[in-house]
Amino acid sequence: MSEMAGKLFSWLNNRLPIVNTFERHLSKHPVPSKVNFWYLFGALAAVTLIIQIVTGIWLIMPYSNTEEQAFSSIEYIMRDVDYGWVIRYMHTTGASLFFAVVYLHMFRGLLYGSYQKPKELVWIFGCTIYLAMMAEGFLGYVLPYGQMSYWGAQVIISLFGAIPYVGESLELWVRGDYYISGITVSRFFALHVVALPLILIALVFLHLVALHEVGAGNPEGVDIEEHLDEDGVPLDSVPFYPYKVLNGLVAIGVFMTVFAIIMFFFPEGGGYFIEMANFQEANPLVTPDHIAPVWYYAPFYTMLRAIPDPLGGLIVMAAAVAIFFIVPWLDRSKVASIRYKGIYSKIAITLFGVSFLTLGYLGTVGVTEIRKIMSIICTIIYFAYFLLMPIYTKYEKTKEVPTRL
Amino acid sequence: MQEKDKTRRKVLIGLTSAIGLSGVPFAATPFIAAWNPSAKAKAAGAPVKLDVSKMQFGQQIQVSWRKQPVFIVRHTKESIASLDLALPKLADPNSDDIVEPYKGLNPSRSKSPEYSVFSGVCTHLGCAPKYFPEVEPKPWDASWSGGFFCPCHGSMFDIVGRVFKGVPAPTNLVVPPHMFEGSILTIGEDKEL
Repeated sequence: MSEMAGKLFSWLNNRLPIVNTFERHLSKHPVPSKVNFWYLFGALAAVTLIIQIVTGIWLIMPYSNTEEQAFSSIEYIMRDVDYGWVIRYMHTTGASLFFAVVYLHMFRGLLYGSYQKPKELVWIFGCTIYLAMMAEGFLGYVLPYGQMSYWGAQVIISLFGAIPYVGESLELWVRGDYYISGITVSRFFALHVVALPLILIALVFLHLVALHEVGAGNPEGVDIEEHLDEDGVPLDSVPFYPYKVLNGLVAIGVFMTVFAIIMFFFPEGGGYFIEMANFQEANPLVTPDHIAPVWYYAPFYTMLRAIPDPLGGLIVMAAAVAIFFIVPWLDRSKVASIRYKGIYSKIAITLFGVSFLTLGYLGTVGVTEIRKIMSIICTIIYFAYFLLMPIYTKYEKTKEVPTRL
Repeated sequence: MQEKDKTRRKVLIGLTSAIGLSGVPFAATPFIAAWNPSAKAKAAGAPVKLDVSKMQFGQQIQVSWRKQPVFIVRHTKESIASLDLALPKLADPNSDDIVEPYKGLNPSRSKSPEYSVFSGVCTHLGCAPKYFPEVEPKPWDASWSGGFFCPCHGSMFDIVGRVFKGVPAPTNLVVPPHMFEGSILTIGEDKEL
């Protein structure tokens, strides 16, 4: 019996690089021996992506992408489809947690210089994934055709209208109608379930291929390739499998627990994950009193609101995302990790973190005079963190990086 | 390979690429054009007609044209006379910054001195401003003289839809093409325009 299994396996392995791939990317793939919890969020993002794809496929089945039925088909999923509510809440909770782990993953990158040479491309693919996720999340939020779907989309699509000359016709072209109608919903549906998932999966593949080519980083910013054993394997490394895969499973277990608690007990996330206005069907003639984005767009929405001119707001908001792409060339430091960078970098990243969280808070609440001033200050700090980076990373005193992990 | 052949090959590669590329816009046309409003969507966006003689003085109603709110206000003589009160607060009292179909025709900005007809879509980000005709202090303006306030981002407009200074909305509310035939108002079409 086992002889037959062995024969079958070698038959397969002669036709498909099973052992090679397993060794190259898992059992013989060296990763730094010492990392901390910050290095778990990439794996958690991958897990969330799989959850989103599986629950998404199941949601497509009962969902109807027409103006008349989109909203009621969501009610149908929630009330009449067996376990439909669990699948939908898994998808909505997954969306918020996807952004949560990706934000933490990106912050890890900024903390430990995960974008520095030779990892520029890993970083750029990552930023593109984030951009695609933002589009994916927006398109998905429109599909239930609730009040916040409608008016949120109204705000976002009118951003195109701010573009000079072509703006208005571009808006009409994106909507395919004179308002956000069933036509708009069904095209957003196609993009949400086919086009962007394909792009996302391709980008995640490229992100990982590029990462495995240049090797993972570590919180010390030590280049483990400098000290190799006689087989050419870095001394400060362990094979990815089983050492990282198995303890990653513990992290995934903890994450799943948090996921389940939210999904079962706080699926609306207090109005931050699913906004209350979205429990009403879209009505083009009645604006909700308070239009706020879901929490993961809130920082950028605050920037948009802080600028009185729509085109200016659009440019600032786009720049706030685009600036991530050039971080590898903004950081002029000799060291990668925040542990060995100087005091200016430490102050800068703290201010950046605080301003980002403040911007996020401000985007979910109404506008007052004092909040408007705060949003402008936080927007300035946000951009200063990036734009002054070439100066403060170059001229600050850094600590000596050890040679071994 | 000879030098002459290499040059030949380059020319041929260049030519085939150019011809291939010239096909790209043709191939892209159906995919881009399919996103335009369909014939059905265009038909549903046809003009709307209504009788405005039943409106009370000072009343504001909203009708849906292309599923967008269009505000109609029937002004009292006093409210038209008091339009100047808000004048110093206005950013563009004469609608110089936008394409206004009936510019300078009436203080109401419409084809009728008694009615105003304008889009109920805030020029900032597309919300629907709310009508507050009372002349009394409001939380957003202590010297409020009647008009529209947008709950989304706090933009203010006077009773004929002209934008205030220092608010997020950049321009006055848009006046759609319209016409009056007796008391019948048609929105979305103007035979004289």
